[in-house]
Amino acid sequence: MNDIIRILQQNARISNTELGEMLGITQQEAAAEIKKLEEDGVIRGYSVILNDELYDNSIVYATIELKVTPQRDCGFDDIAKTIMMYDEVESVNLMSGSYDLAVEVRGSNLKDVALFVSERLSTIEGVLSTATHFILKKYKEKGIFIDGEEHDERGLG
Amino acid sequence: MIDYEKALSEKVKSMKPSGIRKFFDIAGTMEGVISLGVGEPDFSTPWVIRKSAIQVLERKHIIYGPNKGLSPLRKAVSSRILKKHGVEYDSENEIIITVGGSEAIDLAIRGIVDPGDEVLVVEPCFVCYAPLVELHGGKAVPVPTRIENKFKLSADDLKARVTDRTKLLIMPFPNNPTGAIMTKEDLGPVADFLRSTNIIVLSDEIYSELTYGRKHFSIIELEGMKERTIYVNGFSKAYAMTGWRLGYTAAPEPIISQIAKIHQYGIMCSPYISQNAAVEALNSCDSEIVRMVDEYNVRRRYLVSEFNRIGLTCFDPEGAFYVFPSIKSTGLSSEEFCERLLYEKKVAVVPGSAFGDSGEGYIRISYAYSLKHLMEAMQRIEEFVNDLRGASHEN
Repeated sequence: MNDIIRILQQNARISNTELGEMLGITQQEAAAEIKKLEEDGVIRGYSVILNDELYDNSIVYATIELKVTPQRDCGFDDIAKTIMMYDEVESVNLMSGSYDLAVEVRGSNLKDVALFVSERLSTIEGVLSTATHFILKKYKEKGIFIDGEEHDERGLG
Repeated sequence: MIDYEKALSEKVKSMKPSGIRKFFDIAGTMEGVISLGVGEPDFSTPWVIRKSAIQVLERKHIIYGPNKGLSPLRKAVSSRILKKHGVEYDSENEIIITVGGSEAIDLAIRGIVDPGDEVLVVEPCFVCYAPLVELHGGKAVPVPTRIENKFKLSADDLKARVTDRTKLLIMPFPNNPTGAIMTKEDLGPVADFLRSTNIIVLSDEIYSELTYGRKHFSIIELEGMKERTIYVNGFSKAYAMTGWRLGYTAAPEPIISQIAKIHQYGIMCSPYISQNAAVEALNSCDSEIVRMVDEYNVRRRYLVSEFNRIGLTCFDPEGAFYVFPSIKSTGLSSEEFCERLLYEKKVAVVPGSAFGDSGEGYIRISYAYSLKHLMEAMQRIEEFVNDLRGASHEN
């Protein structure tokens, strides 16, 4: 994997100076490489990973399994694009296996999410069925431990 | 009541405890300390190796095994050395699988040293050599290395300390704590000198897979050196297998056949499960090593630049997973520096003096930690150094 990407995946807020030090290049070169990755569309954005239990305990997340009928000419793309326009939707993935789209939804409470599924998702043309799974606890997201670091058990060697 | 003072061996009582441990005993009692002290990888043992150990547990009868080690493992070690260094060792008669590199070092020292013999120890170095030499009645003679010479061993420094009692030269490269390496060109003059002597070399190459920018070169590759070298290596650092306790030594048959007796009586055989899993390590984990080395290299570059930036001159180490910045500009001794850094900023590092007198004025920083951890620690060290400078300006 590209060294820059690997470092940014661990910490996207790292400075260009630090990045340069780690890669043995100047900060200008580091900045230029990132700019190129952004312009090429390889890097699509930067986000923050939260521990919601500390930030806002009432937020709920659910993964919704959608079975859909592929549309003529555009397959699943049209439905996926419709779904991803909603602000409540965090991610949309086309899946192999027993269902077609996995949609992660965020809501301020259980009822919110339930209503979103029944009134918005299940009513979209082509959606055959939905199965909603509420997320009870997040342990790890994008490689980051949500509940803090793992204890370092190492001695001295 | 029993008098333990009288009961215990004088030699053992006179052994000093490891200078690394001291700080960690203090750090262990404090809250919120971040450590840059450990000498073992932060990576987990690659899954294929663990999987293979699980299969051994499930399917095999866990037994002692042959004294010198399982035959497939000795063969794999032999091919490894041949592939890496082009030197052939007979897997039957020239290799012993040991309990970590540590046991291999102990075997070599016990096998060579008689009371009164002198052993040259290249310093700064890992803490185990001199105490083991002294335990066996030998005299450890430090051969210092210096930052001006990139902490490499110079043939002149070596020659100056050789006497007619000198029997062994302990050469640990890539080096813990300095990160220094010895290239073919660096080793040439050392080997030229040794060929005319009867001195044996104990070459501790436990960090051989962890080099940055160039491939590790072993002294056994030089003409006439295999016959006078006890080569030591192991699985701990390269494969992140510290807890598996597995290493090996390769040496000419006359040496192996003698030291094998010590191993046979003292240890019997190395752990059976670990030995089985280690075959998998040698056969299929080269890409895992590359991945780990890439990650170490990012951290290494970061630390070297950062230490130089904050004014603690740091030599560019090409091996192992340590940087060894100089703290001389602070006016503190390395013990004082480490103690105050621990109490004032809660960062635990190891004073260079723990690795021999020539380590005074330096601290050892391990980068077997995540970048996030290293960045937090660097920030605290920078604050500490700025506080020191601020205080000295006021005076």
